[in-house]
Formats: sequence, structure tokens, C-alpha cells
Amino acid sequence: MKTNFIIRWKMGVLIKMETAQRFRFFRRGALRQLLMFGSLFLLFVFFSIASPNFCTFENIISIILATCVNGMLALGVTFVIITSGIDLSIGTVMTLSAVMSGVFITYWHLPVWIGVLGGIGTGILCGFINGVVISKMKLPPFIATLGMMMIAKGLALVISGATPIYYTDAPGFSEISMGSIIGKLIPGADIPNAILIFILFAILANIILTKTAIGRYDFAIGSNEEAARLSGLNVDKWKIVIYMLCGLFVGMGGILMASRLNSAQPALGQGYELDAIAAVVIGGTSLSGGEGSIIGTVIGALIMSTLTNGLRILSVPQEWQIVISGIIVIGAVYLDIIRRRKG
Amino acid sequence: MNQPLVLMEGIEKRFPGVHALQNARFELMPGEIHALVGENGAGKSTLMKILTGVYQKDAGKIIYKGKEVDIPNPRAAQEMGISIVHQELNLMPHLTVAQNIFIGREPRNKRFPMFLDEEEMNRRTEELLEMLHLKVDPKTKVADLTVAKQQMVEIAKALSFNSEVLIMDEPTAALSEAEVEELFNILRKLKQKGMGIIYISHRLEELKEIADRVTVMRDGQYIGTTRIDEISIDKIISMMVGREIYETLREKDAEQNAEVVLEVRNLKRGREIKNVSFKLKKGEILGFAGLVGAGRTEVARAIFGADPIESGEIYVKGKKVYIKNPSDAIKHGIAYLSEDRKRYGLMLGLDVEANMILPSMQDFLNPIGFVRKKKAEKVCDEYIKKLKIKTPSLRQKVKNLSGGNQQKVIIAKWLMKNCDILIFDEPTRGIDIGAKNEIYRLLNELVSEGKSIIMISSELPEILRMSHRIIVMCEGRITAEIDGKEATEELIMKYATMYEN
Repeated sequence: MKTNFIIRWKMGVLIKMETAQRFRFFRRGALRQLLMFGSLFLLFVFFSIASPNFCTFENIISIILATCVNGMLALGVTFVIITSGIDLSIGTVMTLSAVMSGVFITYWHLPVWIGVLGGIGTGILCGFINGVVISKMKLPPFIATLGMMMIAKGLALVISGATPIYYTDAPGFSEISMGSIIGKLIPGADIPNAILIFILFAILANIILTKTAIGRYDFAIGSNEEAARLSGLNVDKWKIVIYMLCGLFVGMGGILMASRLNSAQPALGQGYELDAIAAVVIGGTSLSGGEGSIIGTVIGALIMSTLTNGLRILSVPQEWQIVISGIIVIGAVYLDIIRRRKG
Repeated sequence: MNQPLVLMEGIEKRFPGVHALQNARFELMPGEIHALVGENGAGKSTLMKILTGVYQKDAGKIIYKGKEVDIPNPRAAQEMGISIVHQELNLMPHLTVAQNIFIGREPRNKRFPMFLDEEEMNRRTEELLEMLHLKVDPKTKVADLTVAKQQMVEIAKALSFNSEVLIMDEPTAALSEAEVEELFNILRKLKQKGMGIIYISHRLEELKEIADRVTVMRDGQYIGTTRIDEISIDKIISMMVGREIYETLREKDAEQNAEVVLEVRNLKRGREIKNVSFKLKKGEILGFAGLVGAGRTEVARAIFGADPIESGEIYVKGKKVYIKNPSDAIKHGIAYLSEDRKRYGLMLGLDVEANMILPSMQDFLNPIGFVRKKKAEKVCDEYIKKLKIKTPSLRQKVKNLSGGNQQKVIIAKWLMKNCDILIFDEPTRGIDIGAKNEIYRLLNELVSEGKSIIMISSELPEILRMSHRIIVMCEGRITAEIDGKEATEELIMKYATMYEN
């Protein structure tokens, strides 16, 4: 009787400990996401009060639409940053992907879907080359992708003859971004396809990162690369896969961009990589690797475009918008550092 | 006699400029704990890296379970049933226990094999941890575990491969005595199940307790194998170093009424440092004993200003001082020599001179701000002679020096800065036995010149041999202060485990 009681008591304590542990775990993860959601929400409230033109359906759609391209790059580079790598080439590779889709569709008169695949394929190929240079030739990611950034920029200019390629023969191409499947299904809800595509890709990225082996090895390599190697992982192979995955998102970003402008603009693109990296970092992904989330990146990208949009509506000069964005990047990361110190 | 589980014969390995292994040999029977000893650089690690597929042998053969085998990579070794628990634990701190154990071979979702089956993975991990009587949630992040627990996770990982050979590389270097005991119990259990365990350690006292046989290596060569109960520790040491080592040094007695150079009163910080007060006299070695996690390093770092304190007073030579950061501490002549020399003590990629003069750079600058090369070289050379630092030149990169000489470079650096209160945290961790004696002698010389030393050490023989007085800590409190002559291992252990409630 007595021993029975003791056993039960002990089990009770164990269960309690376990729930306590779980609760703590929950609290930690949730706190960070809450903080980010909170900052986004506060921005929203602030701009809504400051301007009646901010919180309208059209404006919110335009904020999300403005997030799509930067967000797509940010999704891709999140995978790379979690390995404690970096990809500086995403801006110009995006441009090159757009130009290549223009080459396929406008120069060679191939069907739109081949142009789309060609654009994405270009992104993947550049990612592959980045991955090989980094993992096999052992160049630091910063240098390897800096090189690729310049190569892609140059190639985009060479291939296009430094003039924009217009998709004049393919009216369907601009539908990819600016058409509205949802609008057709539900009249009045004219949400551009670009938003739909971005949401789908974000969900895809989240599944890859949290449910599949690629995601697991992504964290493992970023957390302790040597340990991952000694655990029998083919680290070189997985790094190449991760840079290719990044390239896939970047390629898709290029398609969205070109489709939205209905032209491939070879001079555009440089500087986009830093906005994307800023979004990832605001989203709580650590540049030293091993930590990060897709939801964080999405919120980070939304924070950046909400800020740009809101400041524009308040008629803040564009030069000052850039200054404020810079302050936000530093502030967001500092907040994260403080939170980490306490956690 | 049954056949050996592993037999390595005539193993050769060359690296550029080094003949790392020369006709090396090793034999492991099933159900045996076989110690592998030798000084740093003797080739133990290289031999084990060949057995685990990290390196490829140049010549020789490996016979595993009666068949000659090739081990092309770590993965192949694991699949054959050869696992290693590295000294620097190879875990991914951001991943959970389960994710670490099953990395690279995660169970997959039955219907959608591209997805990982997290639940199955956690369940199987729980079974493994159960076998080791380890109460850890498989979903805990490894970063949140103690070093001892992390090591158990590595052992669990080895078990998950159904390993028949388990290599433990310096497993107890970072463990407290109680944790070591727990580890030994597990190793004995595994041994009974027929596993062969290769045990690499510098702590020879331990081997007597746990090992069945011992193999000694020196300079990449096989020296000999004997049953552990047929050989004395002194004999093992002389096989290892191949020469007679120094006699145990008898330190000079400290003066009874020497000046108090450092006094700490009621130092407090949360649960780590609870009301710590003590005095350090001129010319004495004050030993800090206790288990890992007892708060000794925390106290040292707090005094040095590396971590904040909540309350408490520090007096240097009778004067109250306020130490907010390490540079304050250094100004008052206090130096802290971290246990993790490579991370906190040295710029590994810089040369000996640069490391030595770094804190006292101001003294070597001419008015325009250039380093006075001649003066720096002269002073550094003096210290190299004084401390008997073995380095080909001042230009040698510190990472190419042995552990003992690296430690001496750090000591030189602080002496140059005129620090006379030296706090050593595990001064001989990872240092060869031969070099250890030199460090001991150096410590004795320093105190006889009037320096004062606080020595934190987890090795009881070291504490007993070196200290004039011993302070024992447990859970952030000082539980005893013992005179060096009256201290025994039992007495220290009693106070080190004096837990509250």
C-alpha cells in the first residue's frame, strides 16, 4: 500500500516535471514568434492611426504584393543562412533568371511554361555552382557568392544586350503574377496570383525545413558542421542541395519579378540580396547558423514592406525610408540578442 | 582464447613531414575494456581515426571479427559497429537529443517517405535512454544538457548502431567524480553484454579502476600491452615517456603570517555564487576543489570581472577595489588563466611574441605608436628562457606549440603585465604527464618569488600535491577550508558533496 503510494507520488512528480519542461519549451519558441508578430502588429496599428489610407484592402494587398519578390529571395536564403552560410548572389541571379526566361519566351518563342522552368532552372544552376565552389573548392560562402553575384550581373547584361526584354508575344506571362485565380473563383477578391504563389512557396519552404531530411541536415550543418560530418552525413552533397534549393526560390522570384513588370530588366536586382538577408535576420534567423524559421522570414519580409509602404503613405522622403529601414534592422536584431541573453 | 574483436597490425600513417604511425598495433577482445595510453602526439588519436574511417592507413591491416576489412569513411565504421565518443563532443547543440542520435538515418513516415517520423524517432530514443537509465526527454535540445549528459547521449548514439566496439576518447576530462562513477557503471554494463571498449585517458588512476588491459604507445609506435593488475602506474608512465620523470616536487611551506593580497567578502550571484568569502596570502597556492559545476570557475570569473556580481567586496592588498571588467582586474594585478586555453587564452594563429606582449603592448610602443621590436624581442626572449618555453623562435605560431608550452606562453603574458595574483583554472588540463611536472615546478617557482596563486582543479592528486590551503566548494558555497597538510581525498570529497537538504 505504502510503496504503491510512493510510486504514484513519484510518477506524479515526473509528469509534473515533464509538463513543466514542455511548457518552458513552448514558452521559449512562442515568445520569439509573439515578439515578431507583435512588432508587425504594432507597425500596422501605428500606420493605421497615422493615415486613413493605410488600412484598406487595396493597400494591404499592395503591401503583400511588394513582399513577394523580396520574400521569395528571403525564403531561399533562409536555408543557406541556417547552415551559417550566406548567399550574396541572390539579387543578380534573380535578374539572370528573369532574363533567361525572356530569352526562352521572347527570343526563342518557346511556350511560357518552358520559359518559367528555364528561369527557375537558371536559379538552380547558379545555386549548384555556388554549392560546388563552397563545398568542393572550399571557398568561403561570402567570397564564392560575391563572385557569383558579379558573374550573374554581367551575364544578364551580356545576354540581354543591356536592354530590357519585353514579353510582347506572350500575353499569358504577366498573368503569372498579376492575374487572379482567386478573383475568378470569388468575384471581388482580386488577389494577384503572385501572392498566392508566395504563400504556396512559403508553405513548401516550411515543410521542407521542418519535416524533411534536407531541413534537418540544414540545421545540423549550421549547428556543428564537423559533428554532422562525423555522424556520416555527406555534408558537401547537402550543402550543394541547399544552395540549389535557394536557387530554386531565387529563380521563382525572378519569374514573379519579370511577370509583374512584364519585362526582364537586366539592370535591376543588385541590392535585393541585402534586403532579403535583412528580412531573414529580422525574422530571428541567426547568421551564425543552426537557428531559424520560415515563419520568421515571412514576418521579417512583411515588416520591411509594411514599413516602406507606410512611410511612403506618410510622405516620408524615400531617402529617409532607407535610413529608417536600417535602424529597424539593427533594432530588431538587438531585441533578439537581448531576448537570447535572458532566455 | 577466443578470437579478438579487432586486431590492427603493422599500421603505418604518414602526414606531410610526420611519420605519425610506425608499425602500430592494437588488439581488442569482446567484453573487454582496453585502455590506450600515451603522451599527446603518441599516435593514439591517429590510430583511432584510422579505425573509425576518418583517416586511411598507408599500410597494415585491420581484422574485424576475423575478417580483414577496409574502413573508407566514418559512416562505414558506424555501420560495421565501430563507434567513437570524441573528447570534444560531436553533437549539434541546436538539435534535440533524438535528432542528434538519429542524424543521417531518421526514421521516415510510412506513407510519405520524404517526411521524417519524429514520433517514432523520439520513441526509439526513449528506449535507448532507458537502457542507460538516463532521465532525459528526447525532445530536449542538446545545448540545454550538462556535458556529462551530452556524453551519455553520444553513448546512446553508439548503442543505437548496435555497436560492438565503443571508443571513448578522454571521456572523463570534463566530468565530476560522481559523473565518472556513473559512466563507469554504464561501461561495465556494456562490457558484460560483450561490447569491446577502447578507453583513452590521461588519468592513469582511473584506468586501474575501469580497464582490463592497457596498451602503451609512444612516438607513433607500439610499446606494449599488459593486464592492468600486473603493472604499476609508475611503470605505465615510464613506458609512456620512455624516460624517468621528475620526482614529486615538495613545495616550500607558506609563511604563516604573510600579507593578505586578495580578500573576497560575501561574493554573491544568484544560485551560482552563494556568499563566498576567502583570503589569499602572498606566496601561497590556494587550491579550489569541488565537483564540476560547484561554482569555482564562476567565482574566478567574477573576481576577474568577466561576469557581473550581485553583491560582495573585493580587497587587493588591503584596499577595496571595484572590478567591473577584466581590464580593471588586470590593473590591480589579477590575471585569470582559463581552462579553455585555445578559446580564451591565446590567439592561435599569431606568433609567440604577439601573444606574449598583447596585454602589455603600451610598454612596447614608441611615441608614434610603432612596436619597439628590439625591446619586445629582448623581453620575450627573457621569459622564454625563464619559463623554459620550447619554441624554435619567437615567430612560431602558437597553435604549433604543445599544450604545456602554450600554457607557459599565457603565464609569460601575465607576468609581463606584472600580475602577481594568478588564477589558474585547470592549469594542466590536456597537458602531457611530462609537461605537467614542469607546470607544477613553475607554479612553485612563481610562489617562491612572491606571486600568489589560486588554482582551480578537478584532479584531486593535483590539488593535494600543490596547495598550501584548500577551499572546497559545493553548489556555489564554500563548504570547507582545509590546510594542505591535513587534506586527504576522502576529506575533500566529503565536503565537495555536502549538498544542502
